Amino acid sequence: MGSTSARDNEGLGRRDLIKRSAALGLITVPTMSFLSACASGSGGEDKGKVEKGTKSDKNPLAVNESAPLEVVIFDGGFGTQYAEDANKIYEKNFPKAKVKFSKTQKIQSVLQPRFNGGTPPDLIDNSGAQQMDMGVLVGKKQLADLTPLLDAPSVDDPSKKVRDTLRPGIVEMGQFDGAPVWIMYYAYTVYGVWYSQTALDKLDAKYPETWDEMLALCEKAKKQGIAGWTYPGKHPYYLPFSLYPFIAKIGGVEVLDAIDNLEPKAWEHPAVKAAFEAYYELYKKGYVLQGTPGLDHRGSQGAWARGKALFIPNGSWVENEEAAIIPKDFKLSVGAPSGLDSSDKLPFGTIWASGGEPFIVPAQAKNVEGGMEQLRIMLSEASSKSFTANTKSLTAFNGGTTGITLSDGLKSGVAALEKAGQNVVNPRLQDWYVKLQKEQIGVAGLGEMMAGRLTPAETIKKIQGYADAVAKDSSIKHFKHQK
Amino acid sequence: MQHGKYRFILGFLAIPLALYAVFVIWPFVQSIYYSFTDWTGLSPDFQMVGFDNYTKMFEDDIFWKSLWHSVLLALLLPLVTLGLALFFAFMINVGGRRRRGAAIQGVRGSGFYKIAYFVPQVLSIAIVAILFQFAFDPAQGMINGLLRSAGVEGDSLPNWLGDPQLALWCIVAVLVWCTVGFFVVLFSAGMASIPRDFYEAALLDGASRITTFFRITLPLLWDTVQSGWVYMGILALGAEAFAVVHIMSVGPGGPDYATTVLPLYVYQAAFRDGQAAYATTIGVALLVVTLAFAAVVMRVGRRERLEF
Repeated sequence: MGSTSARDNEGLGRRDLIKRSAALGLITVPTMSFLSACASGSGGEDKGKVEKGTKSDKNPLAVNESAPLEVVIFDGGFGTQYAEDANKIYEKNFPKAKVKFSKTQKIQSVLQPRFNGGTPPDLIDNSGAQQMDMGVLVGKKQLADLTPLLDAPSVDDPSKKVRDTLRPGIVEMGQFDGAPVWIMYYAYTVYGVWYSQTALDKLDAKYPETWDEMLALCEKAKKQGIAGWTYPGKHPYYLPFSLYPFIAKIGGVEVLDAIDNLEPKAWEHPAVKAAFEAYYELYKKGYVLQGTPGLDHRGSQGAWARGKALFIPNGSWVENEEAAIIPKDFKLSVGAPSGLDSSDKLPFGTIWASGGEPFIVPAQAKNVEGGMEQLRIMLSEASSKSFTANTKSLTAFNGGTTGITLSDGLKSGVAALEKAGQNVVNPRLQDWYVKLQKEQIGVAGLGEMMAGRLTPAETIKKIQGYADAVAKDSSIKHFKHQK
Repeated sequence: MQHGKYRFILGFLAIPLALYAVFVIWPFVQSIYYSFTDWTGLSPDFQMVGFDNYTKMFEDDIFWKSLWHSVLLALLLPLVTLGLALFFAFMINVGGRRRRGAAIQGVRGSGFYKIAYFVPQVLSIAIVAILFQFAFDPAQGMINGLLRSAGVEGDSLPNWLGDPQLALWCIVAVLVWCTVGFFVVLFSAGMASIPRDFYEAALLDGASRITTFFRITLPLLWDTVQSGWVYMGILALGAEAFAVVHIMSVGPGGPDYATTVLPLYVYQAAFRDGQAAYATTIGVALLVVTLAFAAVVMRVGRRERLEF
């Protein structure tokens, strides 16, 4: 009828297993040299590059007029309409050229094999959860220097270089180690403390400019059963969006630069300690929405949009992301971080704003000039305006907000940038050392502190340890702020 | 008859073996090779670096944490899941109160239970993880909703996935929930093939339900349990545990590395940090753990043949 396990036909015995793994090891050795030609592909040489076209006023980058262009765009919060519009302009300017367009949310899965094979597309929006590590791409010389694009005349005004039409910080953000510019950040994100003006009006309050005012307002809200703060507890690396400019405001930009440069004891600066203690007080006094450490970004943003908490550290994409649930009378606004006291180094208004949606042109691309030309088209006033109107986000193009109706959040973002003036900070940890920023500082450091499981002093010690380890690790490429 | 036997067998085996070599053995060999390089995964050039990746791995706290969690899952999950599944299957098939006419039968409504246990099996693991993520949500989630209606309030409501003490147990619970039904059905099928006379004889001798379980059901089902054990262990070391941790946990892998497992660490090193070579090194460690697990199960599970 049936039988249970038999000794002699056991299938895979322990001895067989050991024998086989030993055999595996044996064939490994001689195949080594053969292997290097395998999964990592070959590559390196300039094979199959298209010839340059004729340089003219209309074609300052000397794009080959008939060469095809391949564009891969991350299909995220901003959609891809803006890129498709730019493709149409490209095809109009170069009627003989064909643009091959594709969109994906899985940038890395789609493109990693092509980088390894030495046949990447010509222009990539390297964004989203599956972003390819920029530090590694730069370190391995996989990207084209975009300096020719920056020095080309802009579409709108041929007497102006593209470089001079960009918002502050954009060009520096594309640099990693010296003059070459590897990345063109197309969107411009304003980070800060996001809130509903209506909710503050109901509490008869205005946005707090100092920490004492912040605590007083939170106390007032608490009495009405509203939490002061919430944040994406599952992604605590949102906290730096308001915490880092807060640190800069207290101690000056040098503190953030030292942190980015992974200098020893950078985190032990008194300004960092003061900022951490201020945030920890929010937890201690019970001003953080109950359950926050277990909420993801949509969960915390949802609670905040429904009025359960006043403030959330976030970026300007939140307006688009939560468009469906933010009430009409919400009056979405962004505040620069409240200061600590009058001894702060920088004035109130100091804010974090920087580029988003990093566009890259691979060094191995067949049509490098075409990729750059496409970016030049996107950085025109008309393209920029259409992006802003469609996505409620600013672009790297400085301006492009007149003549279109701005949403509440966008309007307040523009106002915050005006108020900040020169005091726009741009911490780089999140693009230089992704793991350090998100997993180590964010989840293991700040996340634990805001859940009350670490004190500020312990958190600083832990984070400093992580930063030191990264500074020591020779397998990670290191970067420094360009002075 | 014997003539040409081996050629005949070889003819059948050649293609599957070739496929196995190309798609299973070869990738293993490659990743072992890459673990001795500094390949980033983002460019075709790399150098040999000897044992650097291994030294780094042995000094890496997060690696040891991931390893410990993976080993814990590989030991705990089969035990809990198979134990529960055996209990449920026994109750459904044999454990019912004796009624007239039949020597053995399941508890009342056993047909319904069988289907109910199997339902999670038809859901994709990703969907299960997302659903449980909602259930564990501290503010809006079903579990805390139930606790609230039971009178638990404020700070005493658990944070579930946000609490390092609880997070890994939440993961274990989800994995058990979505795999136990499959084994209930598998064991039920196994139990159905055990001749009823054995039970009748045992019952005539006055054996209790517990005795019949340990003296008849379990020994005759041992083969199935053993394959279940291997299957659960591989699931705990591999894809299933990865998917649940990746989708549900804080970070993922958190809070504070409380739920990180080896396959997740491999994934993060390869596809987030641009350290493909280091990822393959961790992958080699995972291979060793898996082989050790298989060897242990083979050793422990070895026993005499029973024919019936």
